[in-house]
Amino acid sequence: MTRDLSRPVLIAVSALLAAMIALPVGWLLVVSLTDKEGGATLANFVALFTDPTFVDPLITTLIIACSVSVICCLVAAPLGWLVARTDMPLARTVRTLVMASLVTPPFVGAIAWEMLAAPNSGLLNQLWRLISGMPPDEALFDIYSLAGLIFVISCYTFPYVFILVANALDRMPGELEDASSMLGARTWQTARRITVPLALPTLLAGALVAFLQALNLFGSPAILAIPAGFHTLTTRIWSLFQFPPKPELAAAASVPLLVLTILLLRAQAMALGRRGYAVLGGKYGSPRPIRLGWLRGPAVALALFVLAMPLFLPYAALFNSAFSRVASRIVTLETITLHNVRFTFLELSSTMPALKNTFLLATASATLGALLALLIAYIVARKAVRGHRVLAFLATAPLAIPGIVLGVGLFLAYTRPPLALYGTLWILLIAFVTIELPAAYQQLGSAFHAVHPELEEAGRMLGATRLRTLADITAPLLRSAVIATWCFIFVATIRELSAAVILFTSETKVLSVLIFDLKESGDVGAIAVLSLSMVAITTIVIAAANRLHVRPQMRPAT
Amino acid sequence: MRRRSLVAAGLLLPFGARVLSAAPAPQAITPALVEAARKEGKVTYYTAMDLSVAEPVARAFEAKYPGIKVAVERTGAERLFNRIGQEVGSNIKRVDVANSSDAAHFIVWKRQGWLQPFLTPDMAENLPADQRDPDGAFVNQRTHLSAIAYNTSLVKPEDAPKGFNDLLDPKYVGKLVKGHPGYSGTIMTATHQLSKALGWAWFEKLAKQKVLQVQSATEPPKRIEAGERAVAVDGSDYLFWMAKERGAPIEVVHAVEGTPQISNPMAIFKAAPNPNAARLLVAWIMSAEGQQFIVNLSGQYPAHKLVKAKAGRPALASIKTLPEDPAEVEKSADEIKTRYQRLFKV
Repeated sequence: MTRDLSRPVLIAVSALLAAMIALPVGWLLVVSLTDKEGGATLANFVALFTDPTFVDPLITTLIIACSVSVICCLVAAPLGWLVARTDMPLARTVRTLVMASLVTPPFVGAIAWEMLAAPNSGLLNQLWRLISGMPPDEALFDIYSLAGLIFVISCYTFPYVFILVANALDRMPGELEDASSMLGARTWQTARRITVPLALPTLLAGALVAFLQALNLFGSPAILAIPAGFHTLTTRIWSLFQFPPKPELAAAASVPLLVLTILLLRAQAMALGRRGYAVLGGKYGSPRPIRLGWLRGPAVALALFVLAMPLFLPYAALFNSAFSRVASRIVTLETITLHNVRFTFLELSSTMPALKNTFLLATASATLGALLALLIAYIVARKAVRGHRVLAFLATAPLAIPGIVLGVGLFLAYTRPPLALYGTLWILLIAFVTIELPAAYQQLGSAFHAVHPELEEAGRMLGATRLRTLADITAPLLRSAVIATWCFIFVATIRELSAAVILFTSETKVLSVLIFDLKESGDVGAIAVLSLSMVAITTIVIAAANRLHVRPQMRPAT
Repeated sequence: MRRRSLVAAGLLLPFGARVLSAAPAPQAITPALVEAARKEGKVTYYTAMDLSVAEPVARAFEAKYPGIKVAVERTGAERLFNRIGQEVGSNIKRVDVANSSDAAHFIVWKRQGWLQPFLTPDMAENLPADQRDPDGAFVNQRTHLSAIAYNTSLVKPEDAPKGFNDLLDPKYVGKLVKGHPGYSGTIMTATHQLSKALGWAWFEKLAKQKVLQVQSATEPPKRIEAGERAVAVDGSDYLFWMAKERGAPIEVVHAVEGTPQISNPMAIFKAAPNPNAARLLVAWIMSAEGQQFIVNLSGQYPAHKLVKAKAGRPALASIKTLPEDPAEVEKSADEIKTRYQRLFKV
């Protein structure tokens, strides 16, 4: 009989996680409290909070986060309700498409919206002038504004809220609503009195998710805020890394973001913790869809209109500029050109190395991340060893570290001995695994709850070690969840920009950073080609995973 | 003619500052060097030049010396400087040849002892003294201007600005686009020159014109061509010209106050992982053939004596330019960035 390795494994995994988190955060705090000579000081914070070039971005960021949060709820709640609780046509398609819009990296979405709504050259503004006869200087939309940035961030944030709301409404018992209508309430009264209050905690959690997303987003502000003439916190932190780099100020500027994120996550946990009362006890019948009647048409039109914002319009613009010499002109059969495609794949010397790095990193991060998450989820779910709660905490802790803050922390931690990893792909691998671990762990953690421990206990009774049981019994049962997690990390890694933009060097450039570099020189044609390739790779991976996924899944006997 | 030499003397002060020359003995391109470069098989070229010129230059070199791949690493000069500083500081050996639009950076690198002096007999003979560092640590690859330009379908020629002060006219509110000195070396150099010629008060007024702020000096030409803004306050002039020659509705303006002139030094790094291929690349780009290639493609002003400027472009000597002072830029770069950010909020 082999020796049970669970204890050493627990210690090793805990130590690894602790190092992954403590090193960057620790260095971040240390450096933020250090002056140039290495002495302890609070001067960095004083400098920040008295400097308008830092205070203004802080205020701007809070305005953006609040607005995005409100807009996302206003859009996601009705849309989620339409999809989950009504007989709106195409409900399934709408749901799939909203999820699909999440594949678009936010910075690509922002670039696409530049093509659409730049005040003069934007396609929508041109179209509007054509229709309305408005003079050439006036614009319907100006994407280079605070409102424009809020709009674009909302486009790629509301799907998160939508998913939360739609899932909650799916689970909400139909009986309560039935009871209400039996007691004579009309459809709308039921919705207002029963459905809305039941969904409220989820919506609150959704609002916080949106707030956090907008607070910590780097990609969209980096594209739109600078032309609009303002900074957000994340772009300001990034600009502190430009020459002359001021890592101590960047570290100090990261601390408020870190603290705010932790507080909001606590609030969110409290909001979601109350969700339970909506689904208390017993088995309920599936909810009865509400008949929309003549409103079915308008409802689906509204849903498709909403979907045009993150999906139809931006992709139309990307395709247009991929095959156009000048992005502001609509491609016709006469003007269609492969110039950008040829330039991107045959001339641009960074394309192939970036593709290779991206693919390598995404595969490695997904594999490593999924394995690590599986191991942790197992230990926690089966309470395999004492102290498993520590692991659960450590695995979800990175959630509190915004990407750009983690980037700054890792930069500080790994540009010095003993582990001078800066300049290698390893530092990016560590960043990506750390960033994606919480979500991966949560996915696999809930999957474990579906596998009854009896099967594992049988294996253990027959003399197998925990690891053997995990490999031979549990893992096969969890196959589809593991594949889903793998894909999730793969996709998330490909689109990651905020940590990568701090940590890359010219040799370890990834696709997202290459696109960001091209943005600096305004090469929108090549950007469109690369973005579409990026989304194509992602879509293929998801599609392949879905095919694996649909195979009959073994269900544990309970 | 007289003015040009004056301008050149002011422009290339660091190149000709010292009378005593410690230039390295010229090194000929021998078959042995070519063979050694081929063994290395690649060379990494960091540049701030627009990709539409830099990548074809790289491909032309590859065609001339099969078996040596050129990896072009392009970004704005200021970011390039930052990137190289971080990489060298972290002992990452990657840069072979660097070429940027902020001549001040080369003063810093040379002082830090990061540069490998190198000259070929051709360079020693055909590069005027004001086009190279007296110690041979760097040479000027080419010269361009940061010009004003406008989209002719949005601005009538008679309404076009004649110079920088014209741009403060209320009729240009919301119609201007400009690059950023925190990212672009061209703009950093130009900002220094304009702050000397017009004063910071001019920038203060410009900041109130609702300028579309982009990063690289290579972007305003693309924005003007797309019709996003009517007038570019600055930008790499060769891209305005290239777009115009391609049929885009663009007209270049040489400001009455003078147009910022930008040199583009190039150097080999001491820690270059591919030292032989680096020498070969620099030798070829600075040869009459390489210089001619850049001139034919982009019409930038060559450094090589035997290469003529592109036909159809105004001669450099005929343009009133502003003097370049890299030593001064080096000292005041940080202050320029801070002041600029205060005014333009980014």
